[in-house]
Amino acid sequence: MYNQTEIIKDTSELGAEGELVINMGPQHPATHGVLHLVVTLNGETIKKIEPHLGYIHRSIEKMCESLTYRQFIYVTSRMDYLSSHINNLGCALLVEKGMAIEVPDRAKYIRVILSELTRIASHELWLGAMAMDLGAFTPFFYAFREREMITDIMEDTCGARLTMNYIVPGGLMYDIHPDFQKKVKAFITQFKSKVTEYEDLVTNNVIFQSRTKGVGILSAEDAISYGCTGPVARASGVSCDIRKLYPYEVYDKVEFDEVLETAGDSFARYIVRVKEMNQSIRIIEQLIDNIPEGDFVGKTKNVLKLPKGEFYTRVETARGEFGVYIVSEGGTTPHRIKFRSPGFSNLSVLNHIAAGSKIGDLMASMGTLDLVIPDIDR
Amino acid sequence: MTNEEIKEYISSIAPAATFDETGEWLNMIVESAQLKPTMAALRTGKMQMNYLFCLTCVDFKTHLTMVYHLSATTHRQSIVIKANLNREQAMIETVCDIWRTAEFLEREVFEMFGVDFTNHPDLRKLILEEENPKGFDEKKGYWPLRKDFEDPINMIKL
Amino acid sequence: MFSLEGITTNVQDWLFMKFNPTLALAMECVIVILLAISLFAILGLVLVLMERKVAAHIQIRLGPNRVGPGGMFQTVADTLKLIMKEGLVPDLADKFLFNLAPFVVMMVGMLLLAPIAFAKNFQIWDINIGVLYISSVSSLSVIGILMAGWASNNKYSLLGAMRSGAQIVSYELSAGFAVLTIVVLTGSLQLSEIVNAQQNGWWIFKGHIPAVIAFVLYIIAVTAETNRAPFDLAEAESELTAGFHTEYSGMRFALFFLAEYINIFIVCAIGATLFFGGWMPLHIGNWEAFNHIMDYIPSSVWFMGKTFFLIFLIMWFRWTFPRLRVDQLLNLEWKYLLPISLFNLLLVAVIAILGWHF
Repeated sequence: MYNQTEIIKDTSELGAEGELVINMGPQHPATHGVLHLVVTLNGETIKKIEPHLGYIHRSIEKMCESLTYRQFIYVTSRMDYLSSHINNLGCALLVEKGMAIEVPDRAKYIRVILSELTRIASHELWLGAMAMDLGAFTPFFYAFREREMITDIMEDTCGARLTMNYIVPGGLMYDIHPDFQKKVKAFITQFKSKVTEYEDLVTNNVIFQSRTKGVGILSAEDAISYGCTGPVARASGVSCDIRKLYPYEVYDKVEFDEVLETAGDSFARYIVRVKEMNQSIRIIEQLIDNIPEGDFVGKTKNVLKLPKGEFYTRVETARGEFGVYIVSEGGTTPHRIKFRSPGFSNLSVLNHIAAGSKIGDLMASMGTLDLVIPDIDR
Repeated sequence: MTNEEIKEYISSIAPAATFDETGEWLNMIVESAQLKPTMAALRTGKMQMNYLFCLTCVDFKTHLTMVYHLSATTHRQSIVIKANLNREQAMIETVCDIWRTAEFLEREVFEMFGVDFTNHPDLRKLILEEENPKGFDEKKGYWPLRKDFEDPINMIKL
Repeated sequence: MFSLEGITTNVQDWLFMKFNPTLALAMECVIVILLAISLFAILGLVLVLMERKVAAHIQIRLGPNRVGPGGMFQTVADTLKLIMKEGLVPDLADKFLFNLAPFVVMMVGMLLLAPIAFAKNFQIWDINIGVLYISSVSSLSVIGILMAGWASNNKYSLLGAMRSGAQIVSYELSAGFAVLTIVVLTGSLQLSEIVNAQQNGWWIFKGHIPAVIAFVLYIIAVTAETNRAPFDLAEAESELTAGFHTEYSGMRFALFFLAEYINIFIVCAIGATLFFGGWMPLHIGNWEAFNHIMDYIPSSVWFMGKTFFLIFLIMWFRWTFPRLRVDQLLNLEWKYLLPISLFNLLLVAVIAILGWHF
C-alpha cells in the first residue's frame, strides 16, 4: 500500500518541477466526444496542450478506396456528422465535376437550402454546447428548440435526422416532401422571433462577455499559417468563405454577406457564428419560393467511372473549408482519396491560442473552435 | 497572375521542375531534395503562397508522391507541388516551419505512409497507438494507407 | 391558531412531569436529533425536486413527471438508487479521509441548524452569539471539501478543492460583513433578538439603502460559499469533470449532494432571518387591519415562505448565468465586493449611531 507522501511524489514525477499533467479526455464533458488532450498545468495556468487523436479513427480514407463513386458519399456523412449534408455535397460535386454530369436546377436549389439548414442546425448545437462549456445550461435547450424543427424538416425530406445521405451524383435521391416549403417558412418565422432570446441570454450577458472577450486570441497571420478556415478564421479577419470565393451550386445567384470580425478572440468567433445563422436564413429566404420545377436528378450512367487524373473540390461546411482530393486511375473506385477536414486544422491551433491561459479559458477557446471529433479523426 | 508567369518564376528557383497543366490547377513536380527551397521561395517573394490547404501523400505502388496544395489569400491562385519519394526510404524535409499547419498533417502522413520528415520538431504518431500491434512484420512497416498494407484481423478484402 | 410553540411547550411539560429532569433532557435531545435528521431528509428530497422543477421551467421543459403525481417521488427513487449503488474507493486514495470528508461536510450543515428560529419560540438553541456561531461553523465546510479533494488522489479533485478553498475563504469576508451590518443595526448577536427587532418592519426596509446593499452582497457571497453557479468552480463539470467529488459515488456522493442543498437552505434561512424578519409577519406601519390578517398566517409559514423565496432566487442564478473564471472570481471579491462591504459597514455604523434608521 502507498502512503500519502509517496502518492504525491508520483504525481510530480510526471511533469517537471511544479507542473501538473492532467488528461482531459477521452471521456471529459468539455471535449464533446473522444478527444484526448494532455494538458500540462502550472497551478491553474496552462503551459502546454497536446492532442492525442485516434479514439474514433475509422480510416475512412482507406475504406473509400474500395467503395465505388456512388457508395463512398455515404461514408462521409459519418465524418463531420453535424454537416453531413455538406460533406455529401462536396463529394457529389467532385464526381459531377470529374464526369461532367449535368445537375438539374431544382436539385441545385434544394441542395443549397438543405446545406444552409444544416449550417444553422450545426451552429445551434454549437451555441448550446459552448454555453454549456462555460457553465450556462439553459441556452442549450433554447438552441435545441429551433434545431429540432430543422431535424424534423430533414426527417421529412431525407428520412434521417443526422446522417442525411440525401445526395447522389447527379442530383438528389428523392424529391422533397410536399410540406417542405411550408415547414421551412414556419422555421424561418420561428427562428427570427426567437433569435433575440439568445442575445438576451448569452450575447449580452456580462459574465459571458468577460469569459470570452480577449480570450484565445488568434491573429490573422497565424490563422492562415495554421490553415484555419470557417468561422475561426473569419473571426480573425481572414476572408475564406468558399461560398463567396469559389461559388458552387447557386451561391453565385444569392445575396449574402461574408461575416468578418477582426478581434480574433472567442467572442468574435461566437459573434461570427451567430451572424452566420442570420445570413443562412437570408439565403434560404431567397431560394425557398423559387425552387424551379423539373427533374430532381440528372441522367447518369449506372456505373460511374472517373477519368484518370486528379480532382479536388471544396465546399464550406459549418466548420470551414472541406476539401475532397481524389486520385483516380480510371476505375470504378478511387485510387487514393483524401479529405481535408476543417476540424483537423482548427484543432492544431488549440495549443497556440490556449497556452498561457487558465483552464477556464481553455473551455472558451476549445468551445469556440467548434471541434467535431469524428471530423478530426476521420 | 497567369500560369505562364508562375512557371517562369518557378523555373528560376527550381530549374529541374516539370509542369503538368491537364488538371484544374498548375501541377509541378520537383526533386524531393529541391522541395524545401522551392517551398520557401513560394512562400516569400512574388508568390506569397501563405495558405497550405492540403498536404497528403499518394501511394502509386512504385513510388510515393507527396502532394502539397498551395494557395494565397492575396491573389487566390492555387498550385499543386509534388515530389516523388522512394518507397523503401521515404524521406523529405519538413515544411512545418513555413506553414504551421504542416506539423499535424505531416505527423498524419508519417504514421499512415511512413514518410520520414527530417527536421520535424515532433515527429510522433498522432492517431495510431505508439507501438505496432503484435504479429506485424516490422521490416515491412505498419503503414495503413499504403497499398500493400494488409490487416489480417480487421480488413475485408474485396 | 396553529403554533409550533404550543406543541413544544406541551411536549416539554409532559416529559418533565413524567420523568426526572436528567432523563427528560436526554429524551429531548433524542427528539431534537431525530427531528433534525428527518428535516434533513425531507429538505433534501424537496429541494432536489424543486431545483429540477425550477430548472425545467426555466429551460422550457417539464422536468421529472413520471414517478408519483407530477414527479413528486422522483428524488425518493433517486435516493434509493444511490443507496443501492456501490461506493467505490479509489485504490490509492487515503481511505480514512476519503470516507470522513462527506460526514464533515454533512456535520457542518447539522451544526448550523442549531440557532435557526424556524417559528416563533421554536429554536433548538437560542445561543447569545448566534451570528458569530454561524459564521464560524459555516467556514468549517471548506475543510471537508479540501479533505475530499486531497484524499481522492485525483488531480481534478485536487484542483477543485484548491479552487474551493480560495473561494470560500475569500467570500467568507463579504458574507461576514453583510451580516455585521445587521448586527450593527440591531445591536445584538442573538438571532431571536434580531428577529424581535424587526417587529415593526424588516431590516431590508428599515435599514435604508445600506441594508439593500448588504442583502445583495450577502446573496452573492453565500452563492459563492455554497459553491453554486455562477460560482461553482469547485465542481465546474465542463472543466474539472466533477471537481472535488469526482471520485465519490453511491451514498458518499449523495451526502455531498445533500449537504449542498442543506447549505443552501441554511444560508437562505439566515438571510431570511437577518433581512426579512425571520418568522415575523409583514407589518405595514399603521394599517391595523392588514397587520392583523398577516398575524393570522402561522409564523412557520412566514419563515419557510421567505426562505424558499431566497432559495428560488439562488436557483434562478444557477440556471441563467455562465460560470466565472477563477481569477475573475477572486477579483470580484477582493477588488469589488470587499471594499463595497467595508464602506457599507461604515455607512451603517454612522446610520446606527445617529439613529437614522426607523
